[in-house]
Amino acid sequence: MVAQQLLNGLFLGAVYALFAVGYTLVFGVLDILNLAHAAIFTASAFVAFSLAAAGVPLPLAFLGAAAVGGILGILLDRVAFAPLRRRNAGTLVPLISSIGVAIIIGAVLRGIYGVDEKHFTTGGLDTAPAIHLGPVTFTAVELTIFVAAVALMVVLSWVLRATTLGRRIRAVAADRIAAALLGVDLERTIAATFFIASSLGGAAGVLTGLEYNSVTLDMGSPIELKGLAIIILGGMGSVTGAVIGGFIIGAVETLSIAAGLSEWRDAITFGVMFVILVARPSGLFGKRALRQA
Amino acid sequence: MNALADFYARHSQLIDQIGINAVLALSLSVSLQAGQLALAQAAFMGIAAYVSAILTLNYHWPTAATILVAVIAAAVVGAALAYPVRRLRGVFLAIATIGFGEIVRVIANNLGVTGGAEGMSGLPQDANTLAIYASLAVVALVLFLLSRTKFALAVALVREDEHAARGVGVDVGTVRTLSLALGGAIAGLAGALYAHSSAFITPNDFGFERMEQILVWCVIGGVTSPVGAVLGAAGLSVLPELIRFLADYREITNGIILLLVIVFVPGGLASLWRRGPVRVRV
Repeated sequence: MVAQQLLNGLFLGAVYALFAVGYTLVFGVLDILNLAHAAIFTASAFVAFSLAAAGVPLPLAFLGAAAVGGILGILLDRVAFAPLRRRNAGTLVPLISSIGVAIIIGAVLRGIYGVDEKHFTTGGLDTAPAIHLGPVTFTAVELTIFVAAVALMVVLSWVLRATTLGRRIRAVAADRIAAALLGVDLERTIAATFFIASSLGGAAGVLTGLEYNSVTLDMGSPIELKGLAIIILGGMGSVTGAVIGGFIIGAVETLSIAAGLSEWRDAITFGVMFVILVARPSGLFGKRALRQA
Repeated sequence: MNALADFYARHSQLIDQIGINAVLALSLSVSLQAGQLALAQAAFMGIAAYVSAILTLNYHWPTAATILVAVIAAAVVGAALAYPVRRLRGVFLAIATIGFGEIVRVIANNLGVTGGAEGMSGLPQDANTLAIYASLAVVALVLFLLSRTKFALAVALVREDEHAARGVGVDVGTVRTLSLALGGAIAGLAGALYAHSSAFITPNDFGFERMEQILVWCVIGGVTSPVGAVLGAAGLSVLPELIRFLADYREITNGIILLLVIVFVPGGLASLWRRGPVRVRV
């Protein structure tokens, strides 16, 4: 039972981590909380649904929807954050403009798709065989989702570590002004950051839609706040921290279910986050201690 | 006169909502004025709403007494919350308090006494328009009187420069605790009024969406201005009714207007006629 729930936690955590990585990347680079991240998560899930319904094979639909998420991210930045950046509006005002974009994305999705739940009809998701391995059982779909999420995080870590773009992003995150003085094109680097962060958030949305074979308008709301818990746990702005935080929150959630506290799992998740924030405000991997607003 | 009575009859629900929303916005502006991005207003509101509802339905207290106890309860929770979060600032404080709000919501969702996810219904609708606007007036008066005291100076100093505040002998911890308690009391008042205005409450009435709304009102109004907070709450509560004719395009118009105000009116609604430098930093 516990082994099974730990495995479920691993599957759940992989998608959480993928979502949180994008959240924390934007915070690390721009110091803002992007509350439209969950809306892009949802939008990509719907795009994947449409592509799959039009006969596009699932892997391609997945990549296409993630790319659409990334483009939405760039648009989000141009509309909601770039004008505020030019006048140094602080952290609170961009938070509100991202809420505005989230409202707009939600309204557009509802206009196009209506309020009914959507299901992927291709790919034989419902008939995927269960795999038994010792004490645990899982489906091929769960395994594929896990592999896809982990692969994307490995690619991200490589991009950040070993490419010119990654160096630019890290430079802007460390010190925006110094990076600009050294010749980094700020706006292009920020646009690239938004593309990466939002395509990962979108990919997480598609995987979540596939995992439950359900795409709904409000599928982003549970993960929106859990994503906050995860990036706090890992340390704001720390990509490694977000990955580990995602797996921890996934495990906390499934172990709460194993302990018969299913109804209380969100309170336990946020309780863990609250305690960590209070005891160690910089999170498990954060380097920066207290931040002034 | 008849036209006025007609207008009221048609819009009384909206008018009541605006009053309650204005109280909520004022409660958050108390925190924001102290430079604290503490986002627990929806939780304070919920705690007070449930305290008031439980005392009314299970113990048959008179409504006014339940509101008083509910306000005190929310203030105590606010003061108590200040202690664990005393070292947190900015988005860290925001996220901790959002987490606190989620915990409160899950508890309300699971306890027997709060009626679980179904919530509580059958409350007497004693919070009429007069009671709501009288409450708003009292809150506004208290905040106005407070704004002329040394406490308000200390609050402004903590917002602008915490180190300087410490340097001149301001007890920052006390200022933070008091402003959270005061914000809690005011949000609690709004919550108790809400319970007795809408007649039924559920945990989701007090979730993150509500908190987002309150924050949006305050920022659209002009972050640290109480007048702006009330303007923001009133304006954004009326807006969906004004653009009702847009039908399916209402929600998207709402979002676009929000975005336009944020981008093109840096100091919020309050800055539109206020002279002098505009301050939007928190």
